Amino acid sequence: MPELEKKMQAAASTVPADSKWKIIKKDMIRNRYIYLMLLPVIAYYGLFHYAPMYGLLIAFKDYGIADGIMGSPWVGFAHFQNFFENHYFWRLIRNTLMINMYQLLIAFPAPIILALLLNELRSVLFKRVVQTISYLPHFISIVVVVGMIVDFAARDGLINNILGMFGAEPIAFLQEPGWFRPLYISSEVWQGIGWGSIIYLAAMSTIDPSLYDAARIDGAGRLKQTLNVTIPGIMPTIVVLLILNIGSMLSVGSEKIILMYNPLTYETADVISTYVYRKGILGADFGYSAAVGLFNSVISFILLTAANTVSKRVSENSLW
Amino acid sequence: MIYKRTLGESIFKGFNLCFMLLLCLVTLYPFIYIVFASLSNPAEIARFRGLLFYPQGFSLDAYKAVLENPMIVTGYRNTLFYVTAGTVINLIMTTLGAYALSRRNVYFKNWIMLIIVITMVFHGGLIPSFLLINNLGMLNTPWALLLPGAISSFNLIIMRTAFQGIPVSLEESARIDGANDWVIMMRIILPLSMPVIAVMILWYAVGHWNSYFSALIYLRDRELFPLQLVLREILISNSTDNMMTGAAAGDRLDIGITIKYATIIVSTLPILVLYPFLQKYFVHGVLIGALKE
Repeated sequence: MPELEKKMQAAASTVPADSKWKIIKKDMIRNRYIYLMLLPVIAYYGLFHYAPMYGLLIAFKDYGIADGIMGSPWVGFAHFQNFFENHYFWRLIRNTLMINMYQLLIAFPAPIILALLLNELRSVLFKRVVQTISYLPHFISIVVVVGMIVDFAARDGLINNILGMFGAEPIAFLQEPGWFRPLYISSEVWQGIGWGSIIYLAAMSTIDPSLYDAARIDGAGRLKQTLNVTIPGIMPTIVVLLILNIGSMLSVGSEKIILMYNPLTYETADVISTYVYRKGILGADFGYSAAVGLFNSVISFILLTAANTVSKRVSENSLW
Repeated sequence: MIYKRTLGESIFKGFNLCFMLLLCLVTLYPFIYIVFASLSNPAEIARFRGLLFYPQGFSLDAYKAVLENPMIVTGYRNTLFYVTAGTVINLIMTTLGAYALSRRNVYFKNWIMLIIVITMVFHGGLIPSFLLINNLGMLNTPWALLLPGAISSFNLIIMRTAFQGIPVSLEESARIDGANDWVIMMRIILPLSMPVIAVMILWYAVGHWNSYFSALIYLRDRELFPLQLVLREILISNSTDNMMTGAAAGDRLDIGITIKYATIIVSTLPILVLYPFLQKYFVHGVLIGALKE
């Protein structure tokens, strides 16, 4: 009820400032249950979301557990400098960008293509069966999915057995740096394609059917209808999801990569977030790895803002 | 129908059908393979090469070994606890926030929403979160898995949107009858929001069931490990040794293979069994989140 708020504001502006607080106080007593409900929620966000943001200060400090955040001495940008001069720096940047590029070029469009193809199926029953089956892998835990990859991609595993039937030499997929990215991306597609298509199918169902009729009268076949009606219809959805994807580019994947990689494949598999995990959690080098993590978040945020700005200019779709 | 199908469209239709069948096969076959392999005789499956269309021999030894493994049993019990307690905490916290923020005239409401939305883009990251949990003394306790994720901002927004869709007149008439916000939430808003609550329960519960990363970071004590962390050891770090103490040395390697498959089945079975019944709710949730915001 905006009128009420306006009235309150009007009342507040005509009387001295301290009585505005009186009105708020009165409201807090009258609606005390609402404010009591908000209390744990605000405490939660303060403690588990904003306290870690404050904790990022240690990226600029020589953090010692005993000294705490305030007691540790400042070191300025020394941790960042160390990271930039680290000889793994470019490898981490390259791997992070490469995995994300594959993700954007292959794993992102896959659900869109599936949704377009599902949309062409005439039989409702068949469509529903395909959808049900394709969602399933989304509910399997990462640990099990990686366990399956490890087993199927082993030297004597299922994939090599199938390849062997065509006379191919067995490949140790998980030990070869060259195979890490294809394996990672194809498993991402396997797990996400069905689930990802739901949102596009939902967007398609909101397209006005008369547009299809009009296109048909103009002589458009199914292909033309798809290109000129369906795809423009789901474009806003595609753009919003693309921006979100770009924004989370640098942070996604570490949970899965940590399970999937091994020292033999670090060459292509080690990304910034897995490096933070190894250095910080396993190596207890807190200040340094917090700095690397902060670097990662800053780049993500710049990418998100850039993607949003470009999309606003080009297509008038944006997150904000 | 006036519409005539061209040759190109017929070819496309055939291609599309083949593609869909291939997709179903690629999605289902790994599961089918695992089921057959887990039921196979360990010695025979170790020698077997190629696609599996039925179990090689038959043996339930792997399942026996898995169900007798103390780590799997404690892992299962711990996971059940984390799923139940975690989901209850999630629901209480998310409902409180969603209800309070769905009311129309709350002071600072927009500021609080801003505070919440900001956390969806910015976060402190792995290391500061780890140090916080350490400083709070929650390291190596179940709290580290239950509290840090108590609210998913995305779910809070979905739930708030659902609450806002409930007609105001219902609430007003209750207020005239003397109901306070607590009563309105419990007796009017929640009973009318069962679909969205069902979606929340499912999403949060599956999330807890499948999560491994916070346990990997925060837990040291093996007695507290959830199932996923036990699975990681068995499936990925290849340590099936402690399960085969009874078996003769030669058989150990063989049975290790079937144990992996049986472990996957045992740990995934609850979701696989419930999945067909829950599917529509899962999808429903995505649609609520996608279409309204």
